[in-house]
Amino acid sequence: MHWLSTALILLPIAGAICIWILPLSPFAVGSAALLVSLAEVALWIDSVARFDFSKPGLQLDQQTSWFSDLHVSYHVGLYGFSLWLVGLTVVVMAAAIGYAFWAGRERPRAYYGLMLLTTGALVGVFAAQDLLLFYVFWEAMLIPLYVLVGVWGGAGRLRATLLFVIYTMAGSLLMLASIIVLGLSQGTFDLANSGTNGSDWIFLGFVAAFAVKAPLFPLHAWLPEAYRESSPEVAAVLSGVVSKAAAYGFLRIAISKFPGPVSDFRTPILILAACGLVYGSLLAFRAPDLRGVIAYSSLAQMGLIMFGLFAVNDLGLNGAVLQMVNHGLISATLFLLAGGIERRAATGELSRLGGMARGRPALATVLMTTGIIALAVPGSTAFAGEFAILSGVFFTGWGYAVVGAVAIVLAAMYMLRLISAVLHVSPGPSVSEAALDLRPAELGFLVPLVALLLVLSAWPAAITDRSFVGSPATTISQAFR
Amino acid sequence: MIPTPHVDWLAISAPLSLLTSGGVALLAAVLIPSGWRRTFAAVVCALGFAAAIVFAAILYAHSADGQAVIGAAIQRDRLAALSQIIIAGAGLLAVGTAFSEPMRDDHVAEYFGLVAWAGAGMTFLVSANSLMTLFLGLEWFSISLYILCAIDVDLAGSLEAGLKYLIVGGFGSAMLLFGSALVYGATGALRFGEIANAVAAQNLSHDALLVAGLALMIGGLGFKASAAPFHMWTPDVYDGAPTPVTAFMSAATKTAALVLTMRVLVTAFPQEARLWTVTIAVIACCSLAVGNLAALVQTSLKRMLAYSSISHAGFMLIAIASNNALGGRALLYYLIPYSAMSVGSFAVVAARERELSRPVTVDGLAGFGWERPLLGVSMSIFMLGFAGFPLTGGFVGKFYVFAAAYEHGWTWLVIVGVAATAVSLYYYLGVIRAMYMRPAEELLLAQPVAVVGGSPPAERVLQTAVTGALVVTVGSFFFVQPLIDVAKHAAASIF
Repeated sequence: MHWLSTALILLPIAGAICIWILPLSPFAVGSAALLVSLAEVALWIDSVARFDFSKPGLQLDQQTSWFSDLHVSYHVGLYGFSLWLVGLTVVVMAAAIGYAFWAGRERPRAYYGLMLLTTGALVGVFAAQDLLLFYVFWEAMLIPLYVLVGVWGGAGRLRATLLFVIYTMAGSLLMLASIIVLGLSQGTFDLANSGTNGSDWIFLGFVAAFAVKAPLFPLHAWLPEAYRESSPEVAAVLSGVVSKAAAYGFLRIAISKFPGPVSDFRTPILILAACGLVYGSLLAFRAPDLRGVIAYSSLAQMGLIMFGLFAVNDLGLNGAVLQMVNHGLISATLFLLAGGIERRAATGELSRLGGMARGRPALATVLMTTGIIALAVPGSTAFAGEFAILSGVFFTGWGYAVVGAVAIVLAAMYMLRLISAVLHVSPGPSVSEAALDLRPAELGFLVPLVALLLVLSAWPAAITDRSFVGSPATTISQAFR
Repeated sequence: MIPTPHVDWLAISAPLSLLTSGGVALLAAVLIPSGWRRTFAAVVCALGFAAAIVFAAILYAHSADGQAVIGAAIQRDRLAALSQIIIAGAGLLAVGTAFSEPMRDDHVAEYFGLVAWAGAGMTFLVSANSLMTLFLGLEWFSISLYILCAIDVDLAGSLEAGLKYLIVGGFGSAMLLFGSALVYGATGALRFGEIANAVAAQNLSHDALLVAGLALMIGGLGFKASAAPFHMWTPDVYDGAPTPVTAFMSAATKTAALVLTMRVLVTAFPQEARLWTVTIAVIACCSLAVGNLAALVQTSLKRMLAYSSISHAGFMLIAIASNNALGGRALLYYLIPYSAMSVGSFAVVAARERELSRPVTVDGLAGFGWERPLLGVSMSIFMLGFAGFPLTGGFVGKFYVFAAAYEHGWTWLVIVGVAATAVSLYYYLGVIRAMYMRPAEELLLAQPVAVVGGSPPAERVLQTAVTGALVVTVGSFFFVQPLIDVAKHAAASIF
């Protein structure tokens, strides 16, 4: 029994409730939310310090019965890899809240409360060790995101939220049916103390939910709209963290609980991932605006992560976990940067941007560094992740590795196009001379993200050696027991 | 000398307390000056409901073993007690909703009196143990509701709603009565247990008369529960009746009708289970389909909620169709958050109606969430609860219902329920979209004339009722175990 996991979930939720109830001024609300999100980061650092990376199994766990007749309990705890994903969540959320504080948001009490609620729900998804509790957090994460996109989004937000909710809920409800059938048939809803299952239908129910949220090609129709219409920091959360919740679901539930169905459906899923990888990369290369490039590159990167997960071997799984953290940090940084650029130029269209490097060294440096890491230049953490994934998936089929390698070339193409369209070429019509360089406040939330990426580039083993104890494939094949 | 049965006063204490409070409230119509009449009648009515809750709780505590009392016409058990608590709780919230309803002061005492009497009839109905008391209770609350629907003579549609409910409801009652007569004719028994015994002893389970009677009874009860295909009156009546009456009807009538349906089917017709489980499952699917699909296209908020209540009847009928202890538990648990959400959401509609002084459409909610934070947040949570989102009891209720269907071996029914839930999201989230996400220029158009430049009326009583409903809705999610234990003991009375 340990209180830390629960504290990680409850702290932001308690913060949200305080913000809703207390009549604070807009400035006080923003700083309170930022403080809570930083306290959450501190709490996470504390849990890393207390975490024993050499010990297998669940740690910092806590279990209390919720309703006993169907054997549902409040059971939370962390594994090595979920600890890193929680870290990604709290860091990205703190940066997103920092961005919102800097940019200013209307109706701040509602806004920051919802952001903190999202934080709590996301941490809950990564910590839940009971199927029903997992579903509760999974859905609880959707509600604030729905409102955040729908109220503070752009002009097309109503259509974007409708698509987003219909897609994700259709998937989630299939997962609910699967959870009910799985939980009742095995007599417990506990994730940590239950065995594997061989039913293809139950597996597909889970896959539906995760594949929509990730998203996996061809279920990505909601993605470009949602990422374009939401405010930049919410897009950062969606692409940086929420998509990782789906990848986590694949890893923790779909792959580990259903070894039989996984081997049945591995080929179709890998082919879809390959399609998404190539298709997303091509669209990112053709996208006319900043957010489009980042959104479609997210689709491509999720395909790559699926490669690693469904290779189900040591290299692939380790690479996938590292790449989840990498991509989370990269896409969050890029979306926040895109938000900053859009504020300066009042547009995200690449044809109207350009020449922003001149006289804006900080912006150029940050965008350049992130972009170079994103295109997986050797020595970067994304290179480490993608290399591990590709060598992992090579053992499943060399064709996938070829597709992945091609996609990395495409990634270089769209990233360099983005960088040069924003920073280099001749100044675009929307870029005025007066547009400022990154302000100190912006550096305050961007530099930590980039610094984390640089640290990981120097030391990717910080994650790959500490996600699983011993062989990941063995851990998975024993369903984490 | 006619032999009289021994009267177990505790078993009928809840209906009696409501009858008394209704009578006292009615006296107010003649004895209390019109300035005080509304407050006096509302307080008396609320006290009646509160007393009914207390008595029902005592009854619950002292009826661990169910027994037939008062000439075996009344069943004294925990099922009845828990249902009485839910009905009286819904009544209490409905009184809070009705308190500041714009209504002529000369009818206000009758209004509260009739609400109490309708509640009395419902609390009586759920403890019925024979076909006679069943029909008595059903007509008792139905007649009160017919009048209540039509009581507001100034409200366009109110009279029409009352008349429609009277005619269709009368038809439903007639079906039930005819069905009861056929069952009595086939078995020669009126009491539920004796019917079951007679069917077993005389091997009547294939008897055409009995089966026809059962079918008619299910139809008649379906009218009261507003399950499809017996739902046609629901949207018109819910839309036309004064909103606080609708709030009360949608929660309490449904509770009474569904609990009674479960009691009759399980205790009187166990041998026919293979027939009625399938029938109820089909009715449930019809209700889910009709309720959800029709709700998609509604513009009037009250009609939308009416169709939503039809779809929820479908969900709860799934629990009845499962015909197992888990199903009984699921139904009784589901009713708790459902009643709260139902009364709560209609209360919010009533508040908006008073603000706008016209019927509320979904678009008419534009900007409401920002203007009235408490009511807006509550309405959002009620909608999320109806849609079965976590952090509300609606989620746990649906989970139990699906679990019961799965335990009965009907995975297909789980899939139907899940599909229905997916469809329902569109219109439930549409309400939230209307309240919070509309562009500013649309909001200006929708500004109620009455409140431009001023604050809306505070309506503390209504807000208290909505807060109460909110507490039940959210609390039932976090405190599942105690509620499920209560529901389990109550369901154990018949399973």
